[in-house]
Order: sequence, then C-alpha cells, then structure tokens
Amino acid sequence: MLRLPAFDLLEPTSLEEALHLLAEHGGDAMPIAGGTDLLPNMKHELFTPKVLVSLTSIPALRAIEDLGDAWRLGAGCPLGELANHPGLQQSLPALAEALGAVGGPHHRRMGTLGGNLCLDTRCLYYNQTFQWREALGFCLKKDGDVCHVAGGRKCVAAASNDSAPPLLVYDATVEIVGPGGARTLPVREFYHPDGISNTRLEDGELVVALRVAKPSQGTRAAFHKLRRSGAIDFPLLNMAVSLRLDERGTLVALSAAVSALAARPNLVKGLDRFLGQVPDEALVEAIANRCRRGSVPLTNLATDPEWRRAMVPVFIKRLLQRCLDA
Amino acid sequence: MSDKKKRDQGGADIVKGKASPIHGVDLPGGDVIGRPLRKADGLDKATGLALYTDDIQFPDMLHAKILRSPLPHARIKSIDYSEALAMDGVVDVMVGSELPIPYCVIPWTRDETALCTDKVRFIGDGVAAVAAVDEATAIEACKRIKVDYEALKPILTIEAAKQPPEDEAIHVGNRRGNQHKYVDLSFGDLDAGFRHSTSIAHDDYYFHGTTHAPIEPHCAIGKPEPGGQLCIISATQVPHYLQRELARVLGMAQQNIRVIQPALGGAFGGKSEPFDLEFVVAHLARKTGRPVKCLYTREEVFYSHRGRHPMAMNFKVGLDDEGKIQAVRSKIDLDGGAYSSFGLVTTYYAGQLLTGPYDFASYGFTSTRYYTNKPCCGPKRGHGSVQPRFAFECALDEAAAGLGLDPMTVRERNTMPRVATTVNGMRVQSNGFLACLQAARKASGWDEKWGKLPRGRGIGVAGSMYISGTNYPVYPNEMPQSGVTVQLDRSGRALVLCGASDIGQGSDSMFTYIVAEELGIEPGHVRIVSSDTDLTPVDLGAYSSRITFMAGNACIDACRRLRKLLLEAAATALGQSAKRLRLAGGYAVAVDDTAVSLPMQEVFRLAEAENGTLSASGWYNTPLLGGEYRGGTIGSSPAYSFTCHVAEVDIDLETGELRVPKVWVAHDCGRALNPVIVEGQMEGSTYMGAAELMMEDQDFYPADHAAPGLHLGPSLLDYPIPTSSEVPEFEALIIESLDPEGPYGAKEAGEGPLHSTIPAIANAIHDAVGIRLKTLPITAAKIWRALQETH
Repeated sequence: MLRLPAFDLLEPTSLEEALHLLAEHGGDAMPIAGGTDLLPNMKHELFTPKVLVSLTSIPALRAIEDLGDAWRLGAGCPLGELANHPGLQQSLPALAEALGAVGGPHHRRMGTLGGNLCLDTRCLYYNQTFQWREALGFCLKKDGDVCHVAGGRKCVAAASNDSAPPLLVYDATVEIVGPGGARTLPVREFYHPDGISNTRLEDGELVVALRVAKPSQGTRAAFHKLRRSGAIDFPLLNMAVSLRLDERGTLVALSAAVSALAARPNLVKGLDRFLGQVPDEALVEAIANRCRRGSVPLTNLATDPEWRRAMVPVFIKRLLQRCLDA
Repeated sequence: MSDKKKRDQGGADIVKGKASPIHGVDLPGGDVIGRPLRKADGLDKATGLALYTDDIQFPDMLHAKILRSPLPHARIKSIDYSEALAMDGVVDVMVGSELPIPYCVIPWTRDETALCTDKVRFIGDGVAAVAAVDEATAIEACKRIKVDYEALKPILTIEAAKQPPEDEAIHVGNRRGNQHKYVDLSFGDLDAGFRHSTSIAHDDYYFHGTTHAPIEPHCAIGKPEPGGQLCIISATQVPHYLQRELARVLGMAQQNIRVIQPALGGAFGGKSEPFDLEFVVAHLARKTGRPVKCLYTREEVFYSHRGRHPMAMNFKVGLDDEGKIQAVRSKIDLDGGAYSSFGLVTTYYAGQLLTGPYDFASYGFTSTRYYTNKPCCGPKRGHGSVQPRFAFECALDEAAAGLGLDPMTVRERNTMPRVATTVNGMRVQSNGFLACLQAARKASGWDEKWGKLPRGRGIGVAGSMYISGTNYPVYPNEMPQSGVTVQLDRSGRALVLCGASDIGQGSDSMFTYIVAEELGIEPGHVRIVSSDTDLTPVDLGAYSSRITFMAGNACIDACRRLRKLLLEAAATALGQSAKRLRLAGGYAVAVDDTAVSLPMQEVFRLAEAENGTLSASGWYNTPLLGGEYRGGTIGSSPAYSFTCHVAEVDIDLETGELRVPKVWVAHDCGRALNPVIVEGQMEGSTYMGAAELMMEDQDFYPADHAAPGLHLGPSLLDYPIPTSSEVPEFEALIIESLDPEGPYGAKEAGEGPLHSTIPAIANAIHDAVGIRLKTLPITAAKIWRALQETH
C-alpha cells in the first residue's frame, strides 16, 4: 500500500478563517475538500503540502440555491448530491449527467463540485508513483524538464474533470474569493492551456460557488463521457452540447465542448455559422466535423489517439441527435 | 500386460510409491455434499473478523521496504547504504550478497536470488532492503541508498531475445543465450493428417500479457521463535514449497521453519511460489531478532507479476471432408520475463494441454520460452493453456468455415469419447464435454442465432479441457501429494488438519462438507486448521486446481477410518447392525426406524471410550500417469474438467465499442460438492477471461522510449479490471460426469472455466462483423481500426 505523507489538518468553520489560514501558511498549505484527487496525488508525491486546510466544515460552501433565473451551486456540494438533485436533472441535465459520471459512488460521495472544477490535469507520465517517475527520468509537470508526450516545453496533461464541458456549454460563472477580495470569472475564461496548472486561480484563492443561468425555454443539452470502464475511470474524451430551436424548428443557439485532449477544456469555436438553419442530417454532420477539427488528442492518455479523434464527431452527432429528438 | 494397456484400463494398479486408496463415487453423498451451503469462512470475511497477513501485529515489530531497480538491465557496481543505516529508526539493511543461494519453485531452474547479487534484470528487481521502526522510515531510508549501476542494453521482445545478446545475456552463462526452454513434441503422422485435410486454417495469433491483480497485495512477516526457530506468516498459496525454499536459501533445517498462511485476499496463481519479501523478512528477522513485516505496494504487485506469458503462436488446424480434425500443429514463442518461475512447466503446458476435448490422431508443437528484461511471467489461472486455447479455438472456427460447418457442429463432431487416452498419452476417465455443448447450445438459443443476428451482433462458441492437479509434484518424491488428519473429541467437534491453502476458492469449506457428510455431523461442528506447516500434514498447495481432487480424497480417506469406528460404537449401543445405520444430520439412525437413533456427540463418546483418542490420517497420491516420453508426465492429471462457453456480443459499428451482453458457461466439474461455490468459480473465471480479452494489458515501454522496460501503468487505474458495469450477464450450467476417482466424482472448477471465455467472445466478434482479430486485447480502438480497413 502506498503511504500518505504526514501533514497537519486544519478545519476552519468559515471562509474568512480558511482564507486566513491559507494566507498564513502560504506555499506550505493546500485546500482540501473531498480529497479524492489530492490524496492519491499526495501518495504519488506529486504534492507534498505540510498543511491541509479542510473546506468541509464551512456551511456556506454547501448550499444549492434556486435563484429563480439561475442556480447557485456551492463549491463544497458533493457530486452525487448534485447529480441526483431533481431540479438540476430537470434544468441542467448535461451537468447532472456529467457529475454522475465521475469516478464511482464513493468518489461522488466525497468529491465536490469545486474540487472537480479544479481537478489537477492528468497524464500517463505524471499520475504515477515517485519510484516509477524516477525510473522514467521524471517529466515537465513534476520534478523533470522533458515532456514525454509532445517533446516540447509546454505541458499537455489532459483536463480530466467531467464537470467542465457542461459548465462551458451552459456558460456558467465561477465565484472566487481570495486575499484580494471576491471576483467572478466565466468558466469559459477559467482555464488556460498550461498542463502544469490549468486554472486561473491565484495563490490563496478559493472557488466558492458556481452560478449557472437557467437555460431559456426550449434549450436541450446532453453529455457523453468516453471511457474504458463503466465506472471508476477518468475520461478518454468528454463532450457536451447545448442547443435551442425556435418554434419553427430553426437552430437559434448552439454550443459544444470537448475535453480530455490537452490542458484546456475546449469550447468549440465557429458554431455560429450553423445558426438560422433547420437541422437535418447534413447539418448535424457538418457540426460534428467542425467539432472534430479543433480536437487533436495526444498520447497523454493510454488509448489510440487516432481512434479518440475519430470518436469526437461520432459522439457529437449522437449528442445532437439526442437533443433534437428530446 | 504393457503399461500402456494398464493405463488404458484405469491404471489404478500401477503406483509410484504406495497406492493411495481411491474411494471415488462409491458413496454418493447427498446430506451435505451437493447442497448450496454457505462458505465456511464467508461470514468472517464479510464482517471483517478474518485476519489477513497485514492485520497481524507483534510487539517490537519492524517494517521492511525493498529498494527496487530503476533500470531494466544493469550490472550493480556498488551499493552504499551507510547513510540509510545511520538514520534514526533504521535498525538494519540487507543486500543480495547476504543471501546468495538461488531459488525457484521448480528445482531445475533456480535462477533467482532473494535480492539481486550482481545485476538487475527488470525495472522493479529488488536490490536492497531496510528494516526500520516504521514503514515511512524504511521508505525514506531506501531513497538514501546509493546504487551505482552500469547499464546494459535491455532485451524487451521475443524477437530481440532470439538474437545473440548485444551486451550480455540476461542470465550470463546460459548456453542458449536468452532462450530459457525449448520443447518439441510430435505425436502421430502430421504429414498424413494434413494430407487428409480438405480445410486447413493456418495463422498467427498473439496473446498479450495479463496479471492476476488480487485485491490483497503480497505481505509477509518473519518472526524469531524460541529455540532458534523461525516463523514466516505470508500471503502465499504454497506454504510447503515456501518452507522448502526458505530452508535452502537461509541454510536452516526445514523443520525449524514454520510457515503460516492466514486468510488470503485472492491469489489466482500470483502467490504460488516464493517471493523476495518472504526471504527479506526471514533474513531481517534473524539479523535483528525482532519480528519484521513487509507489505507490497500495488506497484510492487505488478512488478512481482508471475502472470500470463505473452505468447506468439502459429497454429495450423486441418479438417477432413466430414469436419473431423486430422492434424494440429503449433509453434509457440513465450515471453518469459526476467526469471524462470514455473516457466519450464508453462513451456510444456502451452502444447501438452491442448489434446482435448477433441479427438485427433496427429499433433505436434514446438514451444520456446525466452528471457526478457521485464517482470517474470508464471502461472495465472489456467496456467499455460489459456493462450493456445484462444488460438486453437479461433483456428478451429476458421477451418470449419472452410467447410461451411456450424462451429457448434464441428465441436460436437470432434468430441473425444467419454473414456479415452489422448494422442499425447493423457488418461481421460470422465468427460461431459458433449453434454456441455448440448446444454450451452440449448440455453443460448444457438440454432436461432448463429449467422442470423443483425450486423454488429454475434454469437460464438469455444470449448476447453483442464487438469485437476497433476501427477507430478514440482520436486520429485514418492510421498503423498496431500495428507489430512481428522481428530474427534467428546465435545462432538471434528478437527481437520491439512496443509492445503484456502485462497478464496473454498478448500476449507470443502473439508467441512466432506467431514459433515462422512461423519453425519453438522457443518458447524467441524473446525479446520489449514496451511500451517507446524500443525498440518503436507499438502502441496493451491495450484493446478489440485486441492478438491487430492485433499478431498485424502479427507474422505481419513473420515472413512473414523466412520467405521463410529458405526461400530453406534451399532453396539443401539443393538443394530452397522450396515443398517446411517450417520446424518447429527445422529446415528437406523435406516428403517428413525426412532432408533443416537446423537453423534454420544457416538463420539462411545467410540472414544472403546478405541481411545479418536484420530485418523488419510492421504492421496495419484496413480502413475502420462505418456512414456520426456515431458510425458507434465500435464497428466488424474482427471480433466471440460468447459464450453457460448458468448453473445454487441458491437457499436461506429465506435468499435464491444459489449458482451450474455455468456453461457457449461462446465463439467464431475460433481458439484457445493453448486454455489462451483458457480462462483465459473463466474469469476469467465469475468477474468472476458477482461483479459477486452481491457487488461500488462505491457511495457519499448526499446526506443525514454524509459524502455518501464511498466505502462502499475496501478488499478491504468490497468483496468472490470467493475460490475462491464461484466456480462451470466448463466452457469453445471454438468456432472462423476469421475471414478474424484471425491464423490468431483473434478476441478477453479481454472477450466476461464479458458474458452476468450475464444468464444473472439468467435462471436467474427460472427458479428466478419472480422478475425488475432491479437489480444481486443479493444474498441482495435475493432474500430479493423472496421475501417474492411470498409
């Protein structure tokens, strides 16, 4: 069994206290919520914090609020609770589906929305034990200076959180607090393409909640996770689409996201050109191919990248069809 | 009479050593035997009461950690552990030169030492070990040991191993370079066989490496005992062989070493030989005078491996006009990894175990095992024959297709007789294979499905045969292969002592049922003490599916001696003749008048008063078996099980994703002593096989990579084993052929039902999409690529 390195656990009961503790311990401290990502990474010696600041005793992070025209989802809500929430299943089905696809039941019981949003990027050469990484000669993301995937100076570890694609297509907003006060950031601007750390969170900042506007009448959305196992597995590809038809059946809104490629979950660009048309087989095909163009899987995950790329249009088509048939 | 003829007649009159009594099916059983009783240890394991090795603690116990090689092939120039030894909390450090005597479970191929002495042979090979007051300190100390290596060119493939070594051979001094074992055997007239064949399938197949992935990692404790003795508590499935090799390597008398195997969390062949940690805790316990524990990480379990050999197989199968198999010829290369393990046997098994369930008159195989700089391969559930079974059953379908024959029909047409001697001299005395085929055909609706399902959906069949133990222990000797002592006392309890290892397969339960059946007592009144070399008679261990057959017979043997005394005592007390009494349900009772009865506890007391303390030993040894040629005993078994799988598949034609919605398994286990446990074995075997086909892959980075020889991902996240969401729906069809020498007719059920899973699914894929995939594993990506190519 791999040992968990020793650390001190601090359990603040308010956000202010948590921010204060994070500031006080600086680089020695990390926040921890469910720990389903951080603790295995600590066993692999990817992170060696001396202090963990637990967020689980902060009631403010646990609320699911229906604000009328939007949902406000506390970052500390367990994934399973959100996935099984009837209101969310009705209103934000792609998000509920995605959160229900994370890990296994135990991970969804412990893991939180904020934790999944900030999940560390993953790579074949990174999520391994110290001894393994030592035999490899380490890698760019941790302890080394070579990227074994792309050979370059840029880390291309894969965004592997299941929540990102639906939050992108729903155009959700992240509420953040930190030493400099509170701020918000659209999810579409929350990530950047650096595998070493792919979020725009600053040191000492915490995600407090996600705000998701309730989609307009007639919006349909769906999510698919391609994976090897039906449970307890990270994605080989994650895809979400959202669309809306007017009363004549014309496409008036469309967005799609693809992730588990490189570090940034990818909101597909250039879909506006398909608006104003009545979807038929050719249009669905064209949208799917558009999604494929910007999706270039790498050897950062243990599956044939060509197959993964070919799967993008296949599943985008199926998701579009599901939305159109709904 | 020639030996050959005697063998054909059953061979019970020819013995090596002393003939062991074979009770076979003379008492049909039925009060306990055949009933779906609870497993003897089931509740303890479910509630957490059962103690596994890592649960066990001793005062002053130290924790050991093994430093492992980061290089696949290198000479060790020097090891400096002074800094580690100087650390607070570090008690001792050991290196390979302290235990230089080589070992191996097979005494002819001792090529492994407790820790490496002069060179490392794979990434993960043990180099040094630390004993410290806790595990964290031992881990830190390992990081401070400085090893100076001289890197050598690694040999990572069979093809590379066939070339003369560039730097040096993996085992310097091996006169065949990196070739470990070569077997070439031929029976009957192959040329004539292929001449008479009108449809010949001839192709290359590849079976990848897979590992056992038991949920419990290996763990061992070494503990000094009074009187200079040493106790090793270990998660092993072969306490006896471990005791022997420990004694040799440590230079101790065998009787001064006690090996205890506690509750085991899965093994599947991955714990069936000595491992480095057992020597390390033994040696460090002796050096420090304190108990020492070592627990593998999951990564170390992947490195210790001994899993399925990757095999490159060329198969040629010829059928005549009527679809009768005329000839089978195979050439097989085995990728053995860094050491021998059971590899000598594997090399034989790859050919020897393929001569049933079909009858054919000419057969030849060449099997060659190579050393490579990767973790050592060995026996995994269905040792040696799962790989060629995949190739053979696919080739059989291909050859049948050449004649336009239904795969089910070609198998029925070639089924060997119920009693037979195979072309390579294996004695078969019970064979329910035809019944297996018929049961699976009917249950699966084969006739309505094969060739008739829409594209993307398909159905496939495959058959197989497997051993119930072998007649040859890994070290030659004339003594029993299994011994059982049963003691009764006046409290009414029966105590069974046997060296057999319950590894989850249910051998302790099997003893319970047999004793309860034979002595007429409640199963709850039977106590089992197993796998403790100080307390139990020798049994050779849990491998080759041998325990039910051998230890079961030994247990019946012991019980019959006591049963006689009990019947006599009861007969005297009840004034009845012993013949008119039954022992059942806790009573001795007259067969024609249930009012005439006596509780068994009372019978025990009477028998003890009459005969003194009640105890009897029974034992089992196989009759002489096997063909009269070099290697002819390897794979010869007192009885063979037979299996047929029918699998249905559903392939997504756009993505290549494969689902196996349903599998039917018909298995001839001779007699199901407990049908629930038999079904459990059939189910577990089938899931394991299906996962090997679909997802599991023990593989390593190639020579041109930054880290050649490094495992692709030694964790249960990167090496996927199925969850409940991937396993197929499953239907077990138990076939009971009643073997004349098996206990109540029983044969094995733990390994046979894995074999034909894999080719049945592969054949179903062919039925679904017309594609013959000959390289495992069959992933969605691979099916997708094949579908692209055929479009």
